Amino acid sequence: MNPLLVADLTVFVLALLVGFEVISKVPATLHTPLMSGANAIHGVVIIGVMLLAAVVSTGPGQVVLAGAAFCAAMNVTGGYVVTDRMLAMFRSRS
Amino acid sequence: MSVFDTAVHLIYLACAVGFVAGLHLMNAPATARRGNRISGLGMAVAVLVTAAVLVHEGDAGVGAVTTLVAGALAGGVAGTVAARRVRMTAMPQLVSVFNAVGGGAAALIALGDPPDGTRAAVAGVLDVLIGAVTFSGSLVASGKLAGKIAGQPIIVPFGRPAAAALGVIAAGLGVLVIGFDAPVAALYGLAGCALAAGILLTLPIGGADMPVVISLLNAFTGTAVAMAGFVLASTPLIIAGGLVGAAGAILTSLMADAMNRSIGAIIAGGYGTGDAIAAAAGPGSAPVRETTADDVALQLAYAEQVVIVPGYGLAAAQAQHEAVALAEALSQRGVRISYAIHPVAGRMPGHMNVLLAEANAPYEQLRDLEEGDADLARADVALVVGANDVTNPAARRPGNPVSGMPILDVDKARSVVVIKRSLGHGYAGIDNELYTDPRTTMLFADAKEGLASILAALHAYA
Repeated sequence: MNPLLVADLTVFVLALLVGFEVISKVPATLHTPLMSGANAIHGVVIIGVMLLAAVVSTGPGQVVLAGAAFCAAMNVTGGYVVTDRMLAMFRSRS
Repeated sequence: MSVFDTAVHLIYLACAVGFVAGLHLMNAPATARRGNRISGLGMAVAVLVTAAVLVHEGDAGVGAVTTLVAGALAGGVAGTVAARRVRMTAMPQLVSVFNAVGGGAAALIALGDPPDGTRAAVAGVLDVLIGAVTFSGSLVASGKLAGKIAGQPIIVPFGRPAAAALGVIAAGLGVLVIGFDAPVAALYGLAGCALAAGILLTLPIGGADMPVVISLLNAFTGTAVAMAGFVLASTPLIIAGGLVGAAGAILTSLMADAMNRSIGAIIAGGYGTGDAIAAAAGPGSAPVRETTADDVALQLAYAEQVVIVPGYGLAAAQAQHEAVALAEALSQRGVRISYAIHPVAGRMPGHMNVLLAEANAPYEQLRDLEEGDADLARADVALVVGANDVTNPAARRPGNPVSGMPILDVDKARSVVVIKRSLGHGYAGIDNELYTDPRTTMLFADAKEGLASILAALHAYA
């Protein structure tokens, strides 16, 4: 097995475990903002889309790039904005 | 590794730390907003660093960069506008749309940068497969949640065999891509099969199962993003994908447990009739005691502790503001108030909590299943608004459709008031024994009008 793949796989598995550990402590009250906040985090796919700009040149490639850029940007901005809006509503008694 | 590359990787690492720290701060309502902002800051830095990489390497043509920026600006505006305008009751469908586009972007990465070599090809095939299924599946789920597609299970003729056939074709194409360097067209064919399969798999799933389905699709997107990370050898994508995959998996299993349904049975579909109030059933065998708003107002006003049990009927009637107004009026009279919230009270995990928070209920009063049961055992009055199956004591006995489902112990309260339009059934389609309990009285009314008339009576008489 390629050492790069082993390293990537290690990172992936450890990220899963950290995710389980951290997220299992989130109370049920916050499960909706948690899901939309996690949704925003997978908006990191936008940096993958940016790297795509270095390899596409053809017409069809441009279409794929435009679609991917639209989707990823919508995911990341919408995700963070809506999560912030929700969390602002959680107020204490005082 | 050059100094530039080293710096880039270390900054990416800092961004990943930001994501984890952000999720960690979500463990309490007081710090959650800061957590989300830290996570967002990490994201902004990651985007800026990647822009620096593009400039530094200079491989991207002007045309490609223009396309990228234009697409991203349009998507950013669309996302921001949707996020600012959405009503809190419509949150599940918007989160589904954001989930869909995330999966779609991940799938498009592998299509735009066709992987070469076995290692990248395996990740690329998985990326396209999972990303495309998530894209179409989440859009169908969003349509169902928004009421644009019928909420009841839609049975497509030959849907199951068709989905299985698509799976076989997709697997064949995947093998061609991985083992035989098939042309890019094979990858597009794979994407087409996966899109169709996503639609066929989601259509038969009923409205009641939506909290599980959108959690599961969230886990899928995380996995697809991680696979895109394997294709591009990009660590931030792999880490973020892993974190989101874990979040989705945890929520999926919590929701499935809360409904006592296996994930396999949910995917098989056919359960739950969507958002419609179930058809009114005939009168049950035992008599129920009817009450009036005036009587309920007095009963609540002279209680020491009242637990409000909100269900989806409350959200459907937009009655959360009336519920919180009544709770505040009672609080001012010295009544202790809490809300006992079942995990599947809304249309996505935690949805009911957001609706109550929007109506200004302090988060200290929001209780989960266990805390809610502790409060109910001490409560003078349990006020059930729009919740049905999750309060049915029959769940404690074997041999009926709700057997084994975790319920709120509403029947442990000293007295129970149920606001409901009729004696209609919930998703499970059985009589609720709570309604015929001698300590229960029923106020037959729409949730919003019922709560408003109790509040009016409270002001008038008490």
